[in-house]
Amino acid sequence: DKISLKVPEIAENGAVVPVSVKTKLDNVSSISILVDENPTPLSATFELTPAVDADISARIKMGQSSNVRAVVKAGDKVYFTSKEVKVTIGGCGG
Amino acid sequence: MAKPIKIKAKVKNGVASVKALMPHDMETGSRKDADSGEVIPAHYIKEVVCEHNGNVVMTAYWGTGVSKNPYLSFKVKNAAAGDKIKISWVDNKGETSEGEVVAK
Repeated sequence: DKISLKVPEIAENGAVVPVSVKTKLDNVSSISILVDENPTPLSATFELTPAVDADISARIKMGQSSNVRAVVKAGDKVYFTSKEVKVTIGGCGG
Repeated sequence: MAKPIKIKAKVKNGVASVKALMPHDMETGSRKDADSGEVIPAHYIKEVVCEHNGNVVMTAYWGTGVSKNPYLSFKVKNAAAGDKIKISWVDNKGETSEGEVVAK
C-alpha cells in the first residue's frame, strides 16, 4: 500500500481519535482525512509543499464507529485508503 | 490574541519533526448547552499556516471534525537546528493566534 494510515482499531474516546497519514509517494500536494459517518465528513485537509515530508498526525472527532479515509493527491493522481474505527465513548474497549 | 500555541521542533538528519498543540474549544455547533438547552455555536480553527524560516511549508484546512485542543505533527525537510518554525491559525470567528520556536 502506498499510503500508511494509522488509526486505533477501537477509539475509547470518540472526541479525540489520533490519526496519522504517511506516504512515500512523490509530489504530494495534499492529504485529506474524511470520516464517513460524521455530519461533516471532511475533517481536515493539509496542503503540503515540497518542503515537508508527507507525514502528518492530528486528532479528530468521530461521532460513532465509522470508516476513516485518507486521500492523497500526488502529482496529478489521487490515491486513498481507509480503515474502520470502532468508537466506544466511555465504558471499556472491546 | 487568543491562547498561545505550544510547539516543539527537533531536527534529526536534516528533517525537523514539529509537534504543535493549540488550545481551542473546537465546538462543532451540534452540542447543546446543558443549562439553557441552546445549541452552542460552532467555533473552530479554519486554517493553520506553518512556516519554516519565513516560507510557508504547509497549510491545513480544518472543520468541525478536528478534536478540541488540536494536536498537529508534521516533518519539514532540509531543516537545521536554529531554524525558525512558526505556526499560526485563524478560526471561523476571525480570532487568530500564533507561536514560534527555534528548532533544536
